[in-house]
Amino acid sequence: MLRFLLFRLALLIPTFVGVSIVAFAFIRLLPGDPIMMLAGERGISAERYAELQAAYGFDRPIIVQYLDYLWGLLHGDLGTSVVTRRPVLDEFFTLFPATLELSLCAITLAVFLGVPLGVIAAVKRGSWVDQSIMGTALVGYSMPIFWWGLLLIILFSGILGWTPVSGRISLLYFFPPVTGFMLIDSLLSGQDGAFRSALSHLVLPSIVLATIPLAVIARQTRSAMLEVLGEDYVRTARSKGLPPARVIGLHALRNALIPVITTIGLQIGVLMAGAILTETIFSWPGIGKWMVDSVFKRDYAVVQGGLLLIAGIIMLVNLIVDVLYGLVNPRIRH
Amino acid sequence: MAQTNPKQADAAIGLEGGPAVAATRRAMLAEFWHYFRQNRGAVIGLFIFTTIVIIAILAPVLAPHSPSMQNRGALLVPPVWEAGGTWQYVLGTDAIGRDILSRLLYGARFSLFIGLVVVTLSVTVGVTIGVFAGYFRGVIDVAVMRLMDVILAFPSLLLALVLVAILGPGLMNAMIAIALVLQPHFVRLTRAAVMSEKGRDYVTAARVAGAGRFRLMFKTILPNCTAPLIVQATLSFSTAILDAAALGFLGMGAQPPTPEWGTMLAEAREFILRAWWVVTFPGLAILITVLAINLVGDGLRDALDPKLKRS
Amino acid sequence: MALLEIENLTVEFDTSGGTLRAVDGVSLSVEAGEVLAIVGESGSGKSVSMLAVMGLLPWTATVKADRMTFQGRDILNLSPSDRRRIVGKDISMIFQEPVASLNPCFTVGFQIEETLKTHTDLDRKARRQRAVELFHSVGLPDPERRLGSFPHQMSGGQCQRVMIAIALACGPKLLIADEPTTALDVTIQKQILDLLLDLQAKTGMGLILITHDMAVVAETADRVIVQYMGRQMEEADVLTLFESPKHAYTKALLSALPENATGDRLPTVADFDLENTPSTGGA
Repeated sequence: MLRFLLFRLALLIPTFVGVSIVAFAFIRLLPGDPIMMLAGERGISAERYAELQAAYGFDRPIIVQYLDYLWGLLHGDLGTSVVTRRPVLDEFFTLFPATLELSLCAITLAVFLGVPLGVIAAVKRGSWVDQSIMGTALVGYSMPIFWWGLLLIILFSGILGWTPVSGRISLLYFFPPVTGFMLIDSLLSGQDGAFRSALSHLVLPSIVLATIPLAVIARQTRSAMLEVLGEDYVRTARSKGLPPARVIGLHALRNALIPVITTIGLQIGVLMAGAILTETIFSWPGIGKWMVDSVFKRDYAVVQGGLLLIAGIIMLVNLIVDVLYGLVNPRIRH
Repeated sequence: MAQTNPKQADAAIGLEGGPAVAATRRAMLAEFWHYFRQNRGAVIGLFIFTTIVIIAILAPVLAPHSPSMQNRGALLVPPVWEAGGTWQYVLGTDAIGRDILSRLLYGARFSLFIGLVVVTLSVTVGVTIGVFAGYFRGVIDVAVMRLMDVILAFPSLLLALVLVAILGPGLMNAMIAIALVLQPHFVRLTRAAVMSEKGRDYVTAARVAGAGRFRLMFKTILPNCTAPLIVQATLSFSTAILDAAALGFLGMGAQPPTPEWGTMLAEAREFILRAWWVVTFPGLAILITVLAINLVGDGLRDALDPKLKRS
Repeated sequence: MALLEIENLTVEFDTSGGTLRAVDGVSLSVEAGEVLAIVGESGSGKSVSMLAVMGLLPWTATVKADRMTFQGRDILNLSPSDRRRIVGKDISMIFQEPVASLNPCFTVGFQIEETLKTHTDLDRKARRQRAVELFHSVGLPDPERRLGSFPHQMSGGQCQRVMIAIALACGPKLLIADEPTTALDVTIQKQILDLLLDLQAKTGMGLILITHDMAVVAETADRVIVQYMGRQMEEADVLTLFESPKHAYTKALLSALPENATGDRLPTVADFDLENTPSTGGA
């Protein structure tokens, strides 16, 4: 098991090096001189320019610069934000819990709704239940989620007034972050109504972010179930006189989940892309919004570091999913 | 299987364009249509999509106003069925008095154009790279596939966003960026298909008959890998429209005053709690278009994939 | 009273191309302690009629019969939950593909104990004990350890033994074996058949053996039913059938046995003119 894990990690290295090259190259490809950008409107003297160039190492060959950057990377140095003057990694860790909390809620919602819906659709194939579930799933799959978020705001915040429009918690509450998860921190703070406020802020963004993964998971579960329901071992299970709930919910689903787990793993990329839009709409202070803001502010150290970190996370999650896949599939485990 | 055999045989003996081949093609098309027609959703999708194409072509005729004409006397006029709406502006006007219906009709042109350009670009590049990688294998293959892995390691929208930031905001650059992040799927698909087809007997037969490398790659092998590519192209078409709209929404795609649906949404954002119509209709247009294409895509997949064909 | 009695069974499937009649007017009965063979080529409806008895046909199937009883009890119009009380306990079935018939995600021990849990009041320990006994009785070596194996870790023959153990778990009165040896190696085929006959003799249950192999029939069956295109062609005890086959199709089947070959070519069923021979089957 450990050897398998190490082997898989080793396989990631070339891709990660590639990712670092791409992220590094982006900065060099950007229009404009980074030093002039740093200097801002005032402009600088030629000596100061040369000085800065030397300080940032821009006068050295590009390969040396890249290796330097890689060296920093290995020591956890991803550069400094031009806007906030804080290390990119620090900023990332401040904002990441917000995105993680939102993503976890969304994927939980997507799995715990998507899988049962897919199973029901497969069992009732061809019926109006199947058709409405799959029809809804296709709408969800085709949804421009930035618009979907705005619609939900109009309905639930504007017309009904049930949920707040933006942010993670009402400004009335303040407490220092402990875990970074607002739901947990608000409980720990012991302030009256803080948890309720955090929850109500989380509901709409979670629904918006969950929409596409939910649709994909429901569709994938249905097709996996349809395939599995035709298998001989399902017939065997029925021939044993087992109740349908056990035949479908245990014998069939256990096998159908194997491909579905891969699908769930692939949703992490979808979630990250979705987080960019969702966080922008709901002013959710996570890394998606951070990236968009940095792109607009031309904060290239952040863009470069963020790209690298997000790609790294996605690669790691995919690795975990692969390991999980091996665990749920006895044919691979042994 | 039955439908590919005649084609394989023809490819093997180097026959093309004869009357027999044309008849076979017609028969294959008929069989495809037979399966496609059974899928009610797909037919509805195709109908909606055709309608959108017609709307896009006839936009100047259909639109009651110019998409960029501002009417200072009619700001944020609600749709006709709401109190205060008029028949002059059926779907209402936006914050600077432009007719939403006209802008939507013209917007169809942009969305279809985006889809078409992105798919053409990513299919051409992706398939070519995929065929070469799958046919020659070796170092080129490893290098190409690693590069594709790198591209796929990023969330597509994030990568497109950063690319557009580098290239400069605008519709053309957005399309290039989206095409770039979508093409790895075509590379992978083509490569896998080419690798599995390469060892088949009909390819060997064609090689023995003296077919050159390029002929083998593009004339003998590639036509037998088209089914999954067509399905992927359809899905990419809708993804391209969605991503372009998302970039427009983030302010990195088509720039105002272009009546692109995503850009319209971006402009409308600040009015969401005051004028629901400026937000609702452009998004609905995106949803309906993407939904129609995805319906067609599902139908194509079912009709082209022999494994899923019902008995 | 016969164990299983079927009169005029018809099974139809709804397909996109219209209704397909897979079984047409089949009648049969099996006594306790008897081995009945149903013979016919693929698509002759042998399996379908037995799946109908088990209630395992997909929803597209329509099953009709004048009479279908098990131990005198009507099993045609049984509620699903009543049927589940009989199926897997009093009537059980094994299938053609033993490896595919076992769930790849669960240990074989889990799969056999599950049957015991469904149909008996045995507690965990007793179920384990019983499973070990059953594995032992079907000739699986080292039963305790085998219980923890997954199907893919076993050979086809071993998987079929597991399937037989599962089928026998609750002491069925009738075992239906649907081509139990077709997917196995020739040497293993013999072992599995011997095991089935041995267990049948020991327990005195009825055994329905579905096969396309006349050699298997000759070795095992008391009585034979020949089926072709969903119809019953002939029913006879095994000696009569081999001595004096009445129906042209039966003759065709028999002459297709390698030992009956004349000249340098093996005759096939297609060599016989079946269309112009009146059916003696039915009831």
